[in-house]
Amino acid sequence: MKFTLSVNGQRRSVDVDPRTPLVWVLRDELDLKGTKFGCGMSLCGACTVHMDGAPIRACSTPVSAVADKSITTIEGIGTTPIGSKVQAAWLAVDVVQCGYCQAGQIMSATALLSRNGNPSDADIDAAMAGNLCRCGTYTRIRAAIKQAATGKSEG
Amino acid sequence: MAMYLVPEAAPSTGVSRRAFLKASALVGGGLLLDFHLPNAGAAVSDGAGEALNAFITVMPDGIVSIRAKNPEIGQGVKTMLPMLIADEFDVDWKNVRIEQALANGVKYGPQFAGGSTATPINWEPLRRVGAAAREMMVRAAAATWGVPVSELKTESGSVLHVPTGRKLTYGELAAAASKIAPPDPKTVQLKDPKDFKIIGKPMPGVDSPLVVTGKPLFGIDVTVPGMKYAIYAKCPAFGGTVVKANVDALKTLPGVRDAFVLRGNASVAGSTGPLDRLVDGVAIVADSWWLAEQAREKLEVQWDEGSVTHENDARFAEEAARLAQQAPAAYIVKNGNVNSALAGAARVVEGDYAYPFLAHVTLEPQNCTASYSGGKLELWAPTQNPESNRKVVAATLGIAPQDITVHMTRCGGGFGRRGASDYAVEAAAISKQAGVPVKLLWNRADDLRHDFYRPAGFHHFKAGLDGKGNVVAFRDHFVTLGSAEQPGSSAYAGPDEFPSRFVPHMEFAASFIASGVPTGPLRAPESNGLAFAFQSFIDELAHAAGRDPLQFRLDMLGEPRILDSADDRYGMQPDFDTGRMRGVLELVREKSGWNARQKLPAGSGMGTAFYYSHMGYFAEVVQATVAANGTLKVDKVWVAADVGSQIINPMGAENQVQGAVLDGIGQSLTRINIENGRTVQSNFHEFTPLRINQAPPIEVHFRTTPNPPTGLGEPALPPVIPALCNAIYAACGKRVRRLPIEAATLAKA
Repeated sequence: MKFTLSVNGQRRSVDVDPRTPLVWVLRDELDLKGTKFGCGMSLCGACTVHMDGAPIRACSTPVSAVADKSITTIEGIGTTPIGSKVQAAWLAVDVVQCGYCQAGQIMSATALLSRNGNPSDADIDAAMAGNLCRCGTYTRIRAAIKQAATGKSEG
Repeated sequence: MAMYLVPEAAPSTGVSRRAFLKASALVGGGLLLDFHLPNAGAAVSDGAGEALNAFITVMPDGIVSIRAKNPEIGQGVKTMLPMLIADEFDVDWKNVRIEQALANGVKYGPQFAGGSTATPINWEPLRRVGAAAREMMVRAAAATWGVPVSELKTESGSVLHVPTGRKLTYGELAAAASKIAPPDPKTVQLKDPKDFKIIGKPMPGVDSPLVVTGKPLFGIDVTVPGMKYAIYAKCPAFGGTVVKANVDALKTLPGVRDAFVLRGNASVAGSTGPLDRLVDGVAIVADSWWLAEQAREKLEVQWDEGSVTHENDARFAEEAARLAQQAPAAYIVKNGNVNSALAGAARVVEGDYAYPFLAHVTLEPQNCTASYSGGKLELWAPTQNPESNRKVVAATLGIAPQDITVHMTRCGGGFGRRGASDYAVEAAAISKQAGVPVKLLWNRADDLRHDFYRPAGFHHFKAGLDGKGNVVAFRDHFVTLGSAEQPGSSAYAGPDEFPSRFVPHMEFAASFIASGVPTGPLRAPESNGLAFAFQSFIDELAHAAGRDPLQFRLDMLGEPRILDSADDRYGMQPDFDTGRMRGVLELVREKSGWNARQKLPAGSGMGTAFYYSHMGYFAEVVQATVAANGTLKVDKVWVAADVGSQIINPMGAENQVQGAVLDGIGQSLTRINIENGRTVQSNFHEFTPLRINQAPPIEVHFRTTPNPPTGLGEPALPPVIPALCNAIYAACGKRVRRLPIEAATLAKA
């Protein structure tokens, strides 16, 4: 079945089973490999993308549900002011270890900062608890979110 | 075009320890240096080979490329190892480019990620590579100007003639340097550490800009022309075989290109365990991975579940309790006379400890892309162990190892899981049978149910204190898994286990439960279970003696001295320096405010533990709070570490330590259950890695001592588990003797 999607501001057409999860459409039909597969059940957050600015799990969202929505992925988030600040903070704090979860972390963090410009630790925990990091970069994720919010490093 | 050298034949015996370099010109005036270096006497586990090889290229524009030979799994070696070369070469880090090498054991020597070995193996040899390259540039400048070498110095990728102020960049000197015979790396002058400009400076990961923008880096991101997608369904019971499957029906499903049964082979050379090979399964090859997954839902298989279906957690626990009452199968340590020392002790303390199976759950599920054609195979694998992949795949497919090219991709986590070759051999066999390139990807249930688990373990302690509270006798009967006679992978311990060598009468005995559950190394293998059991029981002894648990440990360690190792299992035999362990205990006492811990509110407490693994000395303090209903909050962790004279990359080092600490806390809070010879858990709602809301702040303090630098991927992990359990005891009086920690067991009665 044919779908026309809006991904990172571009109209893209795909011809897939309507039940196909968005993560596979992004990765293997549109060759946007930044969105990651981790669990297939919305449990790890590695596949987090934005639908009309709100974070969703692309592994559990069928392509048919996003046909008339605006999708933003890690490849496009840097063109938004907040997304670009978050990416810069991620590099300044050197959050990354293996890096596999970080696209999803950045998407969740950008969504958090879009609705809360100055999150507390508790706000961060609540917004980011759905994103697993097996390398345990959580302390730096907190620091990077605060740095992106305030423009200041924690020390 | 760069002209790459044909590597010299692998050196024969007697020559293999000789370091040598080769220089050659690059088209366009560049220099290429090809190095073969021995391991400089560094300890290497697993009998890894002698040769180490790196490439440096210097282009006329001054850009220096350094080839990273080891797999990057998040431990930071792709950044850290080139820092060693670049500093001694005296180039600016901003002009250094890093490229990932192919897997090629002949060319590069050992290429693996494991055992926290990259730092101790490479610390001196890679610096000598850089220093030799620097010396060549100096000699090229001396020849160009006709001046003595003594009048020259280097700085930021240039050679300066001090008396005249003349300057040539390395890029300008590259062509001339390529005609100079390289020096013997043994003879080159290394920098005084006070002159380091890159080593010791915080350097962000070299690939991080690609990570945060979502560029394809990982195994799962690989695409090759004509590629199809594959899944491989195996028997839920370990090692089970296929009787029959409805493969013809599967072939009619949407998008399915092929479906077939593959037969497992016998254990093969190079494998890391009995099931690290091709095992029976059903392959489905489709136009998309999701369509292959959809077809899996229609899969009907009759399995022969084999001989493991009686295995379950309850049986292991019962068997362990039974074996603990019997004479042990083996002694790891047997010193003095424990029975008579216990009989004469003022006080005897006993405790039974247990820990569960654990899975690795790399967040990137196991995957491999394989392209087989005409007896040749190309693999793209997120791997910690490319040469093992090559051996196992070659033996399974019946092709020559040199007909396999292994591309090492970045790994979305390793933790020991990607030392095995099972997923690589599946991808290769499926590509061969299907006749097309395939990307095999496991789903999360495959990953959790077909792991090589951290083995469960059982410890039965009994120790005696004299009238002054000193430990005079110590016994552990360790019941572990394996065959009836010997331990399985990562299921044992060595004779150096503390308090061996510190207690006059000690028995460390072992018995084995025969099991078909596949086991293997998980980050800080062996230590991640042993530290919990031993350092928790030692805490019990401290409390029984009525002593400060941290001071009790210092007293057990005694005066600073170096003790020889009796552990020759890995060819390492690391000495134990009691002074270094005392140093980190004293440092963590100071930094954590340990001596003021009695001022903490009711329900909160501090616990401590130390552990020596991977040649790193670590002492940690955990502060935890336990609510009346048993809810646990880890408030803060303090780490004091001694990994030698130099922290090479402070930015990466702190990240590794914090990650290992959180990994350890996560290990203490979850488990894998075995029922009917199979794993119960299927996804992250059942096997629960640590989340950000459970992650405490972690202070990391390094104590530098005049010792060769050692690795950081693992040694911070083991002590945090007992330190946490000891903090729980301090907070609420409940002794955790069985992992995982469960809130219900901590609630007030």
